[in-house]
Amino acid sequence: MADISKEQVKHVANLARLALTDEEVEKMTKQLGDIINYAELLNELDTENVKPTTHVLDLKNVMRKDEPRDWISKEDALKNAPDQKDGQFRVPSILD
Amino acid sequence: MSLFDYTLKELQEKLHNKEITVSDLVDASYTRIHEVDDKIQAFLTLNEEEARKQAKELDEKLGSDASILYGLPIGIKDNIVTKGLRTTCASQILDNLNDPLYDATVVEKLKAENTVTVGKLNMDEFAMGSSNENSSYQKTRNPWNTDYVPGGSSGGSAASVAAGEVFFSLGSDTGGSIRQPAAFCGVVGLKPTYGLVSRFGLVAFASSLDQIGPLTRTVEDNAHLLQAIVGQDKMDSTSANVDIPNYSDALKQDVKGLRIAVPKEYLQEGVNPEVKEAVLAALKQYEELGATWEEVSLPHSKYAVAAYYLLSSSEASANLARFDGVRYGVRTEKRVDMLDMFKYSRSEGFGDEVKRRIMLGTFALSSGYYDAYYKKAQKVRTLIKNDFEKVFEDYDVIVGPTTPTPAFKVGEKIDDPLTMYANDILTIPVNLAGVPGISIPCGFSSEGLPIGLQIIGKHFDESTIYRTAYAFEQATDHHNRRPNLGGDLS
Repeated sequence: MADISKEQVKHVANLARLALTDEEVEKMTKQLGDIINYAELLNELDTENVKPTTHVLDLKNVMRKDEPRDWISKEDALKNAPDQKDGQFRVPSILD
Repeated sequence: MSLFDYTLKELQEKLHNKEITVSDLVDASYTRIHEVDDKIQAFLTLNEEEARKQAKELDEKLGSDASILYGLPIGIKDNIVTKGLRTTCASQILDNLNDPLYDATVVEKLKAENTVTVGKLNMDEFAMGSSNENSSYQKTRNPWNTDYVPGGSSGGSAASVAAGEVFFSLGSDTGGSIRQPAAFCGVVGLKPTYGLVSRFGLVAFASSLDQIGPLTRTVEDNAHLLQAIVGQDKMDSTSANVDIPNYSDALKQDVKGLRIAVPKEYLQEGVNPEVKEAVLAALKQYEELGATWEEVSLPHSKYAVAAYYLLSSSEASANLARFDGVRYGVRTEKRVDMLDMFKYSRSEGFGDEVKRRIMLGTFALSSGYYDAYYKKAQKVRTLIKNDFEKVFEDYDVIVGPTTPTPAFKVGEKIDDPLTMYANDILTIPVNLAGVPGISIPCGFSSEGLPIGLQIIGKHFDESTIYRTAYAFEQATDHHNRRPNLGGDLS
């Protein structure tokens, strides 16, 4: 059985860039544990010599010519931004 | 008879004979929406002013060469991007996305056919859910009984068609999100072969599984709508370069000699007796129409749900990384540093189910667990895909129920993710294998709720699915029943 600890949940939340409340961590620890335990079902199967499927169609790299074309203008691209300044997206400062 | 009782083809004839106008059609749609959507809650955003204006223009320029979809009001699931028309994925994190910058390829294609977009349809947030209870805005109700869920995640798409609010709609299907609500609401819903329809402009949930597809009242209408949205797209490198048949031609053929496979795993315990009875009655109907059926096995079916949740959540955790409060969407109002700005924007913007899946996916992809969970699930996916290929060596279609039970009550399953996930047990394998599947009405439970028949075909063989579905529909009367919601359509 692969139970998940609260510390693991907090670690994963940080990787996923989520700020979970203590209550959420508690609930998530139980629910993720349940789901992961259910997924242990897959270990019944011997998949030693099975190739993984990443994609159902047998596509190789699909390439097109790298040609510039008209797309969204800079003005439009900024239209839905939560914050902007001088034609750029503005974010909180990274350095003090 | 209401306008909503006619097929698309019949409506088109009425337009050309001047019996009706596009404005009449659009008006019928909004009249019905204003009449019943308080109860059904299918629409998140209406496009009324623009749609009525467009209707007038279309009435003026109607020509004899107009497409079969000309002037018909359509509803679009809210995870399909519509230029200038609010697109939220039913999530608070996109609550302010009032002016999207481009149209999804399917929307562009529909515009070329001159359909009229009447509004955007409710869904489970980011298409994660089976009941529409995960929408951050409203809970869409089942038109057949508003105490029940419409299914999900394309619940608004199915309910709006069943309620006669629109003539057809688009949904998306990652693990059953078109077929399950179609079954619950008694309409026709197709998940095309992976790669048949461009995903450009479909807000990505699980990129290797997602497909856009049509929801309609009849099989014939479904074929017409699919025809309009298929085709390779240079904006989606996973869209397939295949010859596109004329899907309506398939409806002209009968099913004599058709070989049907019925997986024993799809009629096992856990499948409601009334659902099983309706499916067996359908098989009897097929025998009378000259088809044959035999029991087969898809031996890895019981592993599909576990593999699906690992794979789809892993892909979702990567796809939903783009929602960070920087370029669009809602940013936290907390005055914090950049890293906490990401974290709080995401935590405030995403609902519980979305956070749960991002967490599961991030865990399955994280260092030390990748091989044990993600890669293992990919290998199991291969086994599931092989199951289907083996059956299709000897049979033309696979037939079974779409869902193990008819619609469940609002609130019944919302507290237990695993019980909710089990609901998709018969639809998920189809997405993992990438094959197409349809749900059509095949009966009603003793409580008066619709039951769906699922027909699964070979890769890119939507024609045989339509032929099989149409033969049954023409021999039965289930698709002509309407929910009683009051108003003109009751």
